[in-house]
Amino acid sequence: MADNSQRNDSVFEAAAHRARVRRNWLLSTPALIILVLAASGPLLVMLAYSFLQAGDYGGVEYRFSTEGWFQVFLARDIFDDTVSVADAHLSIFWRSARLSFLTTVTALALGFPTAYFIATRPRSSRNLWLFLVTVPFWTNLLIRTFAIMEVIKNQGIVNTLLMSAGVISEPIQMLYTDFAIMLGMTYVYLPLMILPVYASMEKLDFRLVEAGYDLYATRIKVLWRVIIPLVKPGIVAGCILVFIPSLGAYVTPRVLGGGRNLMIGNLIELQFGQGSNWPLGAALSIFLLLVVMVALLLYVRNSQKANNIVRH
Amino acid sequence: MSDSVSVAIHGVSKVFGHDRNAVTALDDVSLDIREGEFFTLLGPSGCGKTTLLRLIAGFEHPTRGHIDLHGEEISHLPPYRRPVNTVFQSYALFPHMTVAENIGFGLEMQGKSKEETTSTVGEMLRLVQMEDLADRRTDQISGGQQQRVALARALAPRPRVLLLDEPLSALDYKLRKGMQIELKRLQNETGITFIFVTHDQEEALTMSDRLAVMSQGKVLQVGAPREIYAHPAVRFVADFIGDTNFLDAELLEIERDRTELKLPSGKPVSARGAARSVDGKVHIAVRPEQTTLTRDADAAHLEGHIDNVVYSGTDTHYHITLPGGESFVVRTQNRGDSGDEWQAGQTAGIVIEPGAVQILAD
Ligand SMILES: Nc1ncnc2c1ncn2[C@@H]1O[C@H](COP(=O)(O)OP(=O)(O)OP(=O)(O)O)[C@@H](O)[C@H]1O
Ligand SMILES: [Mg+2]
Repeated sequence: MADNSQRNDSVFEAAAHRARVRRNWLLSTPALIILVLAASGPLLVMLAYSFLQAGDYGGVEYRFSTEGWFQVFLARDIFDDTVSVADAHLSIFWRSARLSFLTTVTALALGFPTAYFIATRPRSSRNLWLFLVTVPFWTNLLIRTFAIMEVIKNQGIVNTLLMSAGVISEPIQMLYTDFAIMLGMTYVYLPLMILPVYASMEKLDFRLVEAGYDLYATRIKVLWRVIIPLVKPGIVAGCILVFIPSLGAYVTPRVLGGGRNLMIGNLIELQFGQGSNWPLGAALSIFLLLVVMVALLLYVRNSQKANNIVRH
Repeated sequence: MSDSVSVAIHGVSKVFGHDRNAVTALDDVSLDIREGEFFTLLGPSGCGKTTLLRLIAGFEHPTRGHIDLHGEEISHLPPYRRPVNTVFQSYALFPHMTVAENIGFGLEMQGKSKEETTSTVGEMLRLVQMEDLADRRTDQISGGQQQRVALARALAPRPRVLLLDEPLSALDYKLRKGMQIELKRLQNETGITFIFVTHDQEEALTMSDRLAVMSQGKVLQVGAPREIYAHPAVRFVADFIGDTNFLDAELLEIERDRTELKLPSGKPVSARGAARSVDGKVHIAVRPEQTTLTRDADAAHLEGHIDNVVYSGTDTHYHITLPGGESFVVRTQNRGDSGDEWQAGQTAGIVIEPGAVQILAD
């Protein structure tokens, strides 16, 4: 008998568990629908397109083809079908990686002191500073980018000032250069660096900084040995948040690069627009996604290993 | 312990904030702390103890006055150029380093060689009995162990002066007693000048060679524990350290280093030192344990009504009201033969032992 009742209990328990699971699924339906429709759905479509044949005037023909992926790295000569590396694409990949890296480094160099500054203000004024950091988000990205254009173009503020001060006689060509793109991206993504670094910095126990000074560490040493290791999670988050959108940036290189200095985002757009090569565009998108994912995975793997070494 | 001065504080004031928000944390403090001594800053919360330590460490700069270390002014030096280390109240151990790395940090920053650092760290680990936990992270050890790591970390670079800001306040009673003894041992072994902050009077009395009693940013009295306890100079010190009876007396006569006084009861009594008084009134303090009860009216200095008798094991406290309304406590040690001789409601004479009357300056 006792045995029996126990069995009954476990039956009830299992039923209750099933009900719980059902309810949880029900509750998460909206989130799941959004995930499927907004994220996974389009991705799957892109993945499918990358393996189809390009239509003559854009679009795809429903025939399997690896031509899209082939063209990501390789180019076929129009006349004799010889295959060579797609130099144009590689140089765009390289520019994207280089500019994104430089943007991340610059954003860190500017964002770290800013975050430190805000974190060391009295508590009451910190919110005001944070608010000021987020103000640029209120205007449209395009408008902000055009504003930068006004500043750095040949008849722009910087050149006019420098010329009237007699520092230079000819305007410096800044617009439509890699520098312009980097400047624009740094400006646009800087808050994404400041906010996570600040979040870590705010949690930093400044008594540890004092302990560092007390133990003969100079300012630089305290920065390297105490502050940076302790706010590293924020720095890493900021770098990821700046690097990834930089890699896929579209508006900034389009406006400030003047259509000559393309980045991956522009290359992809080109395939869906003028280039009428949707499978290539889709393959490039997926390729970009894979690069980012692999980089993130490697990072996570590494930081876990580093943690284990410390914890062991 | 030698007589040469380690830390000299000359007329130091510290004001935080400006204008209407200004807080005077220290008000014209002067102190000479001797080399190799265990010196304690004692005072209630907010009296400026931490501020004074922070000024010596270099985290704050004096608004007025200056601080010398072995005769050289250090007020303008940043903390990392002062041969002074701090054991922080919160320990402030680096969470991203192991116990050994924490202890070695100061040595590494001083540019000591790897071998020297390793050997000193080993020595320090042994000194605080933490060899087994050298590779632990600091968030994986107990509060008492963290406290010892903080101590070892501050001692490792061999500072001239060690500053300790209430290092024992986070520990439970038993651990605290153990650490008090350990601290004294470490101070004896290393010969380093310790400046110790506490608001616990018992801790201050048992541990210090000398102590300074502070209140509201001022140093009220400096001296050996015995001296401070037996001869409190002002009302605050008498009240803050131990239990005290306060009385008003009349000035009769001042001889070189004695003062003859008349108690409220009209009886004469003499006290050490010269009193200063404008209106002939003098405030005096008498420790309860330096008084006894008597039935002999001639021998009694005071007389009063016993309100309450409190038995506390080793002692008995008699709470007495004097004819003028002042309350007075007599404390006697319990011996085997003394029964409950005195009861509440009785009238008793109070005898003040010779030398027990202390004249207060305020
Ligand atoms: N940075 C500061 N800004 C403004 N006022 C301060 C500052 N630091 C200390 N004070 C004030 O100075 C006075 C002395 O503070 P301090 O921390 O030295 O006291 P303490 O004796 O260490 O007290 P506790 O026993 O509570 O630690 C207090 O009134 C405090 O409010
Ligand atoms: Mg304090």
